[in-house]
Amino acid sequence: MKKALAKILIVFVAALMLSVPLTAQAKQLTGDLEIFSWWAGDEGPALQALIDIYKKQNPKVNVINATVTGGSGVNAKAVLKTRMLGGEPPDSFQVHAGQELIGTWVKADRMEDLTPLFKEQGWMNVFPEGLVKLIGTDKGIWSVPVNIHRSNVMWYVPANLKKWGVDAPKTWDDFFAIAPKLKAKGVVPLALAQNWTANHLWESVALASLGADNWDALWSGKLKFDSPEGVKAWELFGKVLEYTNADASSLSWQQATDMVLDGRAAFNVMGDWAAGYMFTTKKLVPGKGFGWAASPGTGGEFMFLADSFGLPKGAPHPDNAKAWLKVLGSKEGSDAFNPIKGSISARTDSDLSKYNDYLKSAAADFGKDRVVGSLAHGVAANETFMGGFSSVMEMFLKSKNAENAAKACQQLATKSKIGM
Amino acid sequence: MQEASRDRLKAFLTLLPSVVLIGVFVYGFIGETVWTSMTDWGGMGALAFEPEKNFVGLDNYVELFTGFLGGGFRQDLVNAVYYSIMLLVGAVGLGMFIAILLDQKPKGEDVLRTIFLYPMSLSFIVTGTIWRWLLAPQGGVNILPTYVGMEPMTFDWLSSTAAILEFNWQNLFSILLYVASFIMIMVGLWILKHDSRRAIKRWLGPGIIIGAGVWLFGGLLPEALFMEETHGFNMATLGIIMATVWQYSGYTMALYLAGFNGISQDLRDAAMLDGASEFGYYRYVAIPMLKPITISAVIILSHISLKMFDLIFAMTGPDNAETGHPALNMYLTTFRSNEFAKGAAIAIVLFLVAAMFIVPYLIGQYRQRGRG
Amino acid sequence: MTNRITLGSVFLYGTLTILALFFLMPAYMTVVTALKLPIDINLPTSWEFPAVINWASFSDAIGILKPNFINSLILTVCATIGSTVLGSLNGYVFSKWKFKGSDIIFTLFLFGMFIPYQVILIPLFQTLRAMNLYGGLPGLILAHIVYGLPITSLIFRNFYSQIPTALIESGRLDGAGFFSIYWRIVFPLSIPGFVVTSLWQFTQIWNEFLWGICLTRHADNPITVGLAQLAGGQAVSWNLPMAGSIMAAIPVLCIYIFLGRYFIRGLLAGSVKE
Repeated sequence: MKKALAKILIVFVAALMLSVPLTAQAKQLTGDLEIFSWWAGDEGPALQALIDIYKKQNPKVNVINATVTGGSGVNAKAVLKTRMLGGEPPDSFQVHAGQELIGTWVKADRMEDLTPLFKEQGWMNVFPEGLVKLIGTDKGIWSVPVNIHRSNVMWYVPANLKKWGVDAPKTWDDFFAIAPKLKAKGVVPLALAQNWTANHLWESVALASLGADNWDALWSGKLKFDSPEGVKAWELFGKVLEYTNADASSLSWQQATDMVLDGRAAFNVMGDWAAGYMFTTKKLVPGKGFGWAASPGTGGEFMFLADSFGLPKGAPHPDNAKAWLKVLGSKEGSDAFNPIKGSISARTDSDLSKYNDYLKSAAADFGKDRVVGSLAHGVAANETFMGGFSSVMEMFLKSKNAENAAKACQQLATKSKIGM
Repeated sequence: MQEASRDRLKAFLTLLPSVVLIGVFVYGFIGETVWTSMTDWGGMGALAFEPEKNFVGLDNYVELFTGFLGGGFRQDLVNAVYYSIMLLVGAVGLGMFIAILLDQKPKGEDVLRTIFLYPMSLSFIVTGTIWRWLLAPQGGVNILPTYVGMEPMTFDWLSSTAAILEFNWQNLFSILLYVASFIMIMVGLWILKHDSRRAIKRWLGPGIIIGAGVWLFGGLLPEALFMEETHGFNMATLGIIMATVWQYSGYTMALYLAGFNGISQDLRDAAMLDGASEFGYYRYVAIPMLKPITISAVIILSHISLKMFDLIFAMTGPDNAETGHPALNMYLTTFRSNEFAKGAAIAIVLFLVAAMFIVPYLIGQYRQRGRG
Repeated sequence: MTNRITLGSVFLYGTLTILALFFLMPAYMTVVTALKLPIDINLPTSWEFPAVINWASFSDAIGILKPNFINSLILTVCATIGSTVLGSLNGYVFSKWKFKGSDIIFTLFLFGMFIPYQVILIPLFQTLRAMNLYGGLPGLILAHIVYGLPITSLIFRNFYSQIPTALIESGRLDGAGFFSIYWRIVFPLSIPGFVVTSLWQFTQIWNEFLWGICLTRHADNPITVGLAQLAGGQAVSWNLPMAGSIMAAIPVLCIYIFLGRYFIRGLLAGSVKE
């Protein structure tokens, strides 16, 4: 009799224990979720789309959208770093995937490893392998990419090119062949804007000069910046600069794009948020109103940058934050966010019908091209390097001395522990 | 007498809370910043819960002044000198000029006074944005002449890369000595009329000796930098200076106006009777009487020149090298590059430069108290 | 003297007009931009008066900025009162009750005026957090009071130094002590001093940005932060931030317009005699 009772009891308890996780899963998340970013203005609606999805799934959570605008993210960084140093992390914050995150936060041991989350959500099979390698370290994966932008794109207006009788150059030598012709017609061959766009142009030119393998070698510390290849990259950049507009430092990047659209310039190398600008704000049709090609010399290479969110250690509401990360990496989330933002999803299975023609072509490239990390946007190098690189660029813009710039880069790389 | 000492105690106790607060919040924090500036806190791992900080002495300072990558800082420092001088000259000069005009008691003085004073009330975001528009090369001030039928101006304002008064940082020491001797000679000439012996002994003599010494032996001075580095007065800063003078000359105007009002009418009439012209009255009577105001204005304005961070940030953003300022540099170095120790070093240099304005004031105070 | 049009008066009024126009130029542009529809805002036509007046800018801005406005009001009023009252007491001590070392303390106070706010940002944050004051208005108020003390003490000390010591002495002969002398003699004479310091502090605190954004949580952000959010981002519809900044400037502007005369009087007493 007692044995039977014991057996029933065991079954009963086992049943209870099995059902507990089920009920726990069904339990609603409550409390706050503080999302920290610098997405305001035009980018606000895209973030809001994600927040709406999250709110639908977790109606009891109070989402605090703590954006900090200004200074191309430096104000946001000031607030974030002040808080993190003071021990008040937000639940999740926007950060460029790659070394910007790793060098600043992962090496300081402030982030939670998200590998279990990636495995649980099946993201290891959905994100391209090259991407996961670049946003993680050998100790884990540290953030969930929300979007992918491409850096090495060259924009032009097809009708204008026809009018001037030139083709989009495939290499920089092609460019140098047609540039004097354009100049003679009073057209600026390559439109450039203020400081950071020079950094942006540099990485495309350097990638073309070095090739993808050497580019990777630079950042893993195997190739030195002041090697002959490194100096050659700066020399090529100096040559390219001769064909840009003199008033570059007074223009915003949109104004440089405008120069191409008005016909005052022929080409502009800019990330594919320019497509978003031309498509959404200027209402141009991709392929007709504007055309694109890989920046000269980088065909078959996809230089990417990714906005991502991570989970800081000590976040006040880690479960709410994990639910947020799940939304970001999900198909529904990324296909709601990216068409509005003007970027593509990191997932290889996104529903391309929601995207415009440029984005469709970018997604196709992302699937087949060699993926390399952008320098100017935080993938390839940490923040210490980036900060000093701007000074090196300013020095170069003034002196046009390739040797000095390459040496300075190497000095900077050693100081910033590139590749270590 | 018991009451007197009890009152003294009460006085001390009243002051105590402020002393404690300032002690902690100002001096404690300055101390911590000085300490941080002498460590190597920065780079990777800087934001850990217990970041690694090793004492490195004055290395950060040496690198700022002689390092390869400190070139931006050095230009910002040169900019800061120009900003401060131009702000002082501009705000004091313009303020004094407007005050003299308003002292003539024109009709509508109240309205005019408000017009000149209101810019102070604006937040820098407004001021910065509006002036950025006003100085945009393709719009704003440059196209004003078109409304009266003239050609538009083509000055690049904030995006200008031109610079005048250029010098090579390598020659820094000789330049500084030249400037010092120039100032001493000027002061000497100024005092020559009153007190020729002192003038020659204290100012002219040493000034000429230093100047001649640099001229003859300048080559022996060590080079301040291992490579050539040009610095100068960036024309881009003109726009920022204009905006700052616009915002703060109202304050100096109010100071001088108050001062002029305080000079009794009798004194003014007496000066007129003695045959002084309007201009002479101001030059020889009113303005010298208001020397304390000028001193106050200089102190307040140097306090404000620190606030230029906000204005520059709003007008040209953090990334425009031409208009940089050490405060901006410090902000970026700390919060963008994660170099907390280097940022602290820049901050301390900035603090010392700003505090330099107070030392002459203090010396003057002590001497005055000694005499009076 | 009254109605003569001399060369002098032409010069005077002419110069004043030109200067006034220069000073009003930015205000004009702010107002004009605030009243335009977003599509009409671009650089080449920035001077022109809008064809269609867009009053919605103001209502939209008010809607967005109202909570920030209230935060700023609480912050600024409390911090101004705190720093001016303490400054007045300090000035009283420094000028009338000198004891050994008070001059040195005064000098040390003055140095406090020269700290750029960015320098002490991190230690300030950590200290406030240790005191459990991070995130809300009280911490920010405390910070502003402390950093306002040097300049308010300076202004009041200079102001009080022109109150004749005889007045204090006679008070003492009448048997008044430290606080009663302050309350009965010094305080009633301080109005212009309070106007100068309040005006200065109100302006500084109302317009301060960096601490506002780093030391408060989202709900307690002051108006400068709210404005920056409107004006941030890549492509902004500028009518909103312009309307918002006009709104933000109105309280300070009102004080300047109505108290301008006292301001001058206060400056006079505070600065001529040192």
